[in-house]
Amino acid sequence: MQHHIPGGSGPGRLVRHIGALTRLLWEMLRCLATRRFPFRLLLVQLDQLGVKSLSIVNITAIFTGMVMAVQTYYTLGRLGVKYFIGEAVALSLVRELGPVLTALMVGGRVGAGITAEIGSMTVTEQVDAMRALGASPEHRLVIPRVLATMIMLPLLTILADLLGILGGLFISVTEMNISANFYIEHVLEAVSLHDVFSGIGKSLFFAFFISIIGCYNGLSVSGGADGVGRMTTNTVVAASISILVANFFLTKLFIMF
Amino acid sequence: MEQQPILVFENVGLSFGAKQVLRDLSLSVIQGETMVVLGQSGSGKSVLLKLAVGLLRPDRGRIVALGQDVVGLSEDRLRVVRRKVAMVFQGGALFDSMTVSENVAFALREHTRLDQGAVGRRVVQCLEMVNLASSLNLMPAELSGGMKKRVALARAVALQPEVILYDEPTAGLDPIVAGRINRLIRELQQRLGITSVVVTHDIDSAAIVGDRIAWLHDGRVDFVGTMDQARAVSPGPLQDFLQAREA
Repeated sequence: MQHHIPGGSGPGRLVRHIGALTRLLWEMLRCLATRRFPFRLLLVQLDQLGVKSLSIVNITAIFTGMVMAVQTYYTLGRLGVKYFIGEAVALSLVRELGPVLTALMVGGRVGAGITAEIGSMTVTEQVDAMRALGASPEHRLVIPRVLATMIMLPLLTILADLLGILGGLFISVTEMNISANFYIEHVLEAVSLHDVFSGIGKSLFFAFFISIIGCYNGLSVSGGADGVGRMTTNTVVAASISILVANFFLTKLFIMF
Repeated sequence: MEQQPILVFENVGLSFGAKQVLRDLSLSVIQGETMVVLGQSGSGKSVLLKLAVGLLRPDRGRIVALGQDVVGLSEDRLRVVRRKVAMVFQGGALFDSMTVSENVAFALREHTRLDQGAVGRRVVQCLEMVNLASSLNLMPAELSGGMKKRVALARAVALQPEVILYDEPTAGLDPIVAGRINRLIRELQQRLGITSVVVTHDIDSAAIVGDRIAWLHDGRVDFVGTMDQARAVSPGPLQDFLQAREA
């Protein structure tokens, strides 16, 4: 059964998308409950989606940390509180910039990659062939990608937090004559476990949005290479918007607890 | 030949948006025969095959494969039907991240508990049948169009299905390779008794492999009979099609 081909326009289209997405999620859960866990495919995706995202995440985090340190120094310097760079860099990274920027960077790379790969399989009838051979694309394609993203994004976020803080440390020490000990003490004082866990919690939601949008759009592709390109762009836009909108609500949610 | 229908379409209708592809289509395929479905491009021939294995659902009508009504069947129940009804897709639809042997082994690993050795032997056996035993470790990107279709055929027979559905098996192939594919389809029918439904607009291929021809026009099957009977029908779209292709 082809699940993911809502056509038409207007509100009816939105309802059909929601229906198709719900069916995709249901099918995933059913496969998880009834079929052998796709462990080998998960390992491949952990490498593809997670390990291969390391460089983009590392560069983003280090330079964001350094920019935060520079901006904080010059902004707070006017108020005479420039020694609070450690707090400013660490809190903004751990609570917001770490999870959001990592998700946006990974969302662009991973989301687009998932849609392009599954989309190419859809237009060349490989997804149909998979079904015709008695296999489930939800089981072999969707579950490993969603789980791999949900495992790797929180880990990448933790790494991004650490590297961003180190970037801030580098600038503080080399350009602002702040000692490393002083900077680290302030970081440790400022950041609580709640901050770290709220960032990881956010990244779990972001990972789910990125991967499910990527898979859903890949399975919905029609119209050949043109359709693959259109859906890949759509994934990057939809994943980015959902990350930014969800971040607001998740921030409010985590503040309540 | 046993006159028992193995695949039946009854009053099947299907639309994609505003476009009505099939309307009230009825067709019976007898066990052991090769039925060729002829029709112009866009007439819904490939859709017919996808309906037979539940890849698409009709808006109305009934489709019975091996005694089982496939319309409305759950994916798990469809798996049982798909084990016995294989499909060869137009471009081969080989999984491009897998080698030739992994492609052929795919259904065996999905449906059986055969050990590695037994799977390997069956894969070699299937590839030998299509003369590609030396291509075990190649990737699909390294194969020509004809080789891809032969691997797809090997993949389809791996589970020893009762019915094989072929979507344009000779499209885009040179006459020599097309002839080889036609002979393979014939051999599978004669040696293994496999029922085949071949969708094509290649008249030569239809004449070689087909026991009967079904002419799909305007969303319906307008004619069913032998190729000789098809050539003898009164002037109309089928005659125009046959003559245009043979001209």
